[in-house]
Amino acid sequence: MTAIEWRPSCEITQLKQRAQMLAAIRQFFADKKVLEVETPLLCQATGTDPELDFFKSNYHFPPNNKILYLQTSPEFAMKRLLASGCGSIYQICKAFRNGEQGRYHNPEFTLLEWYRVGFDLHQLMAEVAELISELLTPTLAIKSIQKISYQDLFFQITGLNALEFCAKSYQAYALEEGISEAIALCENDHNLWCDYIFSFKIQPTLVNNTLYLIHSYPASQASLARINSDNFAVADRFEVFINGVELGNGFFELADVTEQQQRFEKEIQARVNKKLPSVKKDQRFLAALKVGLPNCCGVAVGIDRLLMLLSASDDIASVLAFPVDRA
Amino acid sequence: MATYSTNEFKAGLKIMIDADPCAIIENEFVKPGKGQAFSRVRIRNLKTGRVIERTYKSGESVESADVMDMEMQYLYNDGEFWHFMVPDTYEQYQADKTAVSEAMKWLKDQDICTMTLWNDSPLTIVPPNFVELSITDTDPGLKGDTSGGGGKPATLETGAVVRVPLFVQIGEVIKVDTRNGEYVSRVKS
Repeated sequence: MTAIEWRPSCEITQLKQRAQMLAAIRQFFADKKVLEVETPLLCQATGTDPELDFFKSNYHFPPNNKILYLQTSPEFAMKRLLASGCGSIYQICKAFRNGEQGRYHNPEFTLLEWYRVGFDLHQLMAEVAELISELLTPTLAIKSIQKISYQDLFFQITGLNALEFCAKSYQAYALEEGISEAIALCENDHNLWCDYIFSFKIQPTLVNNTLYLIHSYPASQASLARINSDNFAVADRFEVFINGVELGNGFFELADVTEQQQRFEKEIQARVNKKLPSVKKDQRFLAALKVGLPNCCGVAVGIDRLLMLLSASDDIASVLAFPVDRA
Repeated sequence: MATYSTNEFKAGLKIMIDADPCAIIENEFVKPGKGQAFSRVRIRNLKTGRVIERTYKSGESVESADVMDMEMQYLYNDGEFWHFMVPDTYEQYQADKTAVSEAMKWLKDQDICTMTLWNDSPLTIVPPNFVELSITDTDPGLKGDTSGGGGKPATLETGAVVRVPLFVQIGEVIKVDTRNGEYVSRVKS
């Protein structure tokens, strides 16, 4: 019989580093008078994003036994608080994504999510850079901050236009770069091409010890961000990367309830097409949007990955006490 | 036909790629926070030994390869084929030159090898890590030189040529590491 793995997969020093980081985050937001909140991990509704798989549980409470979902993100609940007039808020919580396991993924992970009422995307990006630099210093000194649009970065590295799909030039690029497999894999799916090229060709070229704020994602990848008011081809969305690692994702939050409904419906249809489990629209979230979400920007940052950067580790298990295999 | 989904991918799994049997060396889960999840695998083509990278969308299915490793005893070479036998069942397999490949220079009757079978036909042969073979030819060298510095080539009974210390002579049996083709020691008879 093999020995039972009961010990943590991380060093004890990692536990201390995590505790220190959480304390520093709380101090950062206390200084800025951003309110810490808690929202349920077990929810009656979940997101419709076809790329996110969720955990489902049965709630035994007769007569109306219910399905409860482990949240994939606290976004809807936090926006309900924002619509209730709570002002800027943050939360440190667990989020759960089914089937996600690898060097940078554990199906249960820790998120820091915050919303700034009245901020525009650039103000929030500045705050993200401020917080992350503070948390990583002095262990990992950020040498520079690169703010660049998705389109510009994509063009710099590949010579391709990320906002406009041209099968011929994308395929030519794939052949040139020795990634001909992408042609059959991505076919004519522009978003898939972008995900592929970004993951395997762009992320690896990001310069170390540089904090990247990549903004203005293609409108087709808007997720829950607003479409830019001056340029309908892009969304007011950004992502943060350091040392090739995706750390966080931020939006100028979509507040238009009709558009939100449409995006839900589109994703629900995509789930049907892909034969994925069906999901209902979160009616409480929509009701909150109907009343009105204040103009705000929000971002979610992966705490485990920040800790990985701090300890220069390339496996999330080395910063978690008990990753899913030992949970 | 049996298939594997990408979430079953792990090192050692045998799958079919471009009609060739391959073994997964490493599987990496890659997923942007918003966007498509991928499985990026490093795989060894079991026919050619070449290592390549391949990317799949998470949830895709890939045909499994009916590949298994078996311990077999080497019997003889009839000029065209090399013959092997499963010790427990006496079942015999004949392997051609392509399958035997590099292993041919280490194969000695009775030795136990590992044969990889694909759809029950020999795909590759791995000789034992260590083999004991007698020297059929080597330069006699200088009498009394036991320093071992430099060494000299020696031809073994199977035809393999290895570098041996100067003091090793024709007729002696030596132990060789087949993984790097290096002399290990003399074998006292």
